[in-house]
Amino acid sequence: MRVALMVTCINDALFPDVGKAVVTLLRRLGVEVDFPEAQTCCGQPMVNTGYLDEAVPPLRSFVKAFDGYDAIVTPSGSCAGSARHQHGIVARRSGDPELVAAVERTGPRTYELSEFLVDVLHVTDVGAYFPHRVTYHPTCHSLRMLGVGDKPTQLLDAVRGLELVDLPRAEECCGFGGTFAVKNADTSVAMVSDKARHVRETGAEVLVAGDNSCLMNIGGALTRQRAGVRVMHLAEVLASTEES
Amino acid sequence: MTGTFVGMPKFPVAAREALADTQLRRNLAHATATIRDKRARVVAEVENWEELRLAGAAIKDAALASLDEHLVRLEERLTAAGATVRWARDAEEACAIVAEVAQAHGIDEVVKVKSMVTQEIGLNEALEAQGIAAWETDLAELIVQLGDDLPSHILVPAIHRNRAEIREIFRRRMDGAEDLTDEPAVLAGAARAHLRAKFLSARMAVSGANFAVAETGTLVVVESEGNGRMCLTLPEVLVSVVGIEKVVPTWEDLDVFLRLLPRSSTGERMNPYTSTWTGVTPGDGPQEVVVVLLDNGRTRALADQVGRQALRCIRCSACLNSCPVYERVGGHAYGSVYPGPIGAILNPLLKGVGVDEQVDSLPYASSLCGACFEVCPVRIDIPSVLVDLRSQVVDAHRGGIPSRESVAMKGAAATFSSGKRLGLAERAARLGTGVAARFGASAWTGARDLPRAPRESFRAWWRRTDGGRS
Repeated sequence: MRVALMVTCINDALFPDVGKAVVTLLRRLGVEVDFPEAQTCCGQPMVNTGYLDEAVPPLRSFVKAFDGYDAIVTPSGSCAGSARHQHGIVARRSGDPELVAAVERTGPRTYELSEFLVDVLHVTDVGAYFPHRVTYHPTCHSLRMLGVGDKPTQLLDAVRGLELVDLPRAEECCGFGGTFAVKNADTSVAMVSDKARHVRETGAEVLVAGDNSCLMNIGGALTRQRAGVRVMHLAEVLASTEES
Repeated sequence: MTGTFVGMPKFPVAAREALADTQLRRNLAHATATIRDKRARVVAEVENWEELRLAGAAIKDAALASLDEHLVRLEERLTAAGATVRWARDAEEACAIVAEVAQAHGIDEVVKVKSMVTQEIGLNEALEAQGIAAWETDLAELIVQLGDDLPSHILVPAIHRNRAEIREIFRRRMDGAEDLTDEPAVLAGAARAHLRAKFLSARMAVSGANFAVAETGTLVVVESEGNGRMCLTLPEVLVSVVGIEKVVPTWEDLDVFLRLLPRSSTGERMNPYTSTWTGVTPGDGPQEVVVVLLDNGRTRALADQVGRQALRCIRCSACLNSCPVYERVGGHAYGSVYPGPIGAILNPLLKGVGVDEQVDSLPYASSLCGACFEVCPVRIDIPSVLVDLRSQVVDAHRGGIPSRESVAMKGAAATFSSGKRLGLAERAARLGTGVAARFGASAWTGARDLPRAPRESFRAWWRRTDGGRS
């Protein structure tokens, strides 16, 4: 099985440690990943703001990077959702039949990290150790666009030393929504304030999620409030061992 | 006299004001949480809920696909049953027909069944301009009307008001209401006494319809308070304004919707009152029945391949109650009688993208979290329609003066056109801070810290260490 890492633009530029954690984790599980350097962005920021034509160049780099792989793994529910549910719209609008055919191959082969671990590799215990009190935010696109269900919490439950506490109103959006956070900044702030309050109510030291865009939003509010809660991507928790 | 949505500012501006209203925030958080939990409980009781949703969507899609045939059939059956059918292209035509019927009978006072479509066409204001008083008889609509206010929710139009505020409105506007307490039963009792007088004196009623059954020519109104039943049976004349998308082909189709609607809207297993009537029944109920079939943008919405699914909507409000944006800003910020997620798609679909900046701001009034789609009883994929409408908004402005946003998007498209270009941009932007700035750092940093920029990008690390192997 040829496996490619789709690191996502936001992890590439801002959170490289998450990409490294995925590489470490998959290697530990015996899976060697490629990082096709042609990859850039899945195009979601453009699509969700209404700029479909502008999403064509990143889609072409996506296809150039990933077409031909058996599995494309990404530490982002949102970007996986974009590949599975939005690339077809962009490709059809471009009028290029080859691009349409290519995304019909890449879309179904794109997996969010927890899906790849549980559905493809059939593991829930990845041998991780993380002795902290943790709460988990399910992220909207993982939950509703991909339907990952309880796969991330199955993985967290199997982490040694980890105490998982329920997040009140966990399934409510954190208010990020890409350019929503800018175009409707006041509403976005009202949403993230409530999310941060719910996180603090749990008494957890670490908030975990499978998407760094949401974590950047909630984490940005938590650090601004000096809340004493840090955010970590699911991949980083799963990559942790007693040695690390 | 009620307020008006005309001239409302675009969504972000209206939302900013609403977010600062602490009473509104508290009222909404409490009310939406209550209905949301009730809905979740009663929906969980239905084993085949997902099948029902699929059936509801399929029936509506099929009805919309041959809408022309069903509407003609509906007209035939209604006419055969003694009703008069009138067709209205827009709000103005529909309001004129209702006024004309009232005037033909020398009527200057009508009672109203709660109806979204008559709010949509601004019927009360149009009738008032003709010297005809229109009285709302639904409790929440009455509160809105007496408070010179605007509805902010489809099912619970006064959801933004608490009982203390309602008591003040009643004391101000009702005779003999000086000693009211804010007990819900006392407030309902006052409304009941106030309305009873209207029911008994009014000679004409105006309603909408939840469904119109083509095969029998039957109109259906679903309600909780019984005020609708009073309006539909007591007066001599009944005019019903019905959006053309309300048609369902057969009586049997109602079975699905009467199970989907109450659980989704009020969180009840069944609604207390379901009234059905087929034209005129001699000697019983209204002896003149007029049905106004209204377009008002529905054929425009029907022509939109992605957006037409919005015409499946049965006005249950589940999407409003589950929406994190609606819960915080309330309904008025949407500038329409159709607020919340469904309003964010329905208004642009009915009025047309590009008509004004308020309408164009609505598709962006969502974080695309998908909670609305999850609860929609007829499976309207609101997030997908929102994204499609956003592309229509952008396309409507292509070729004009480029906005800061469109320049940024074009720049991003160029940067993202190859891995090499992105790598250079990441270095040039000193890793990340520039990327974040591009997406509007000041709106962000007002309430949140920015992430600290890493020393090198993942891409640079991979190249330097051969993927961590060296």
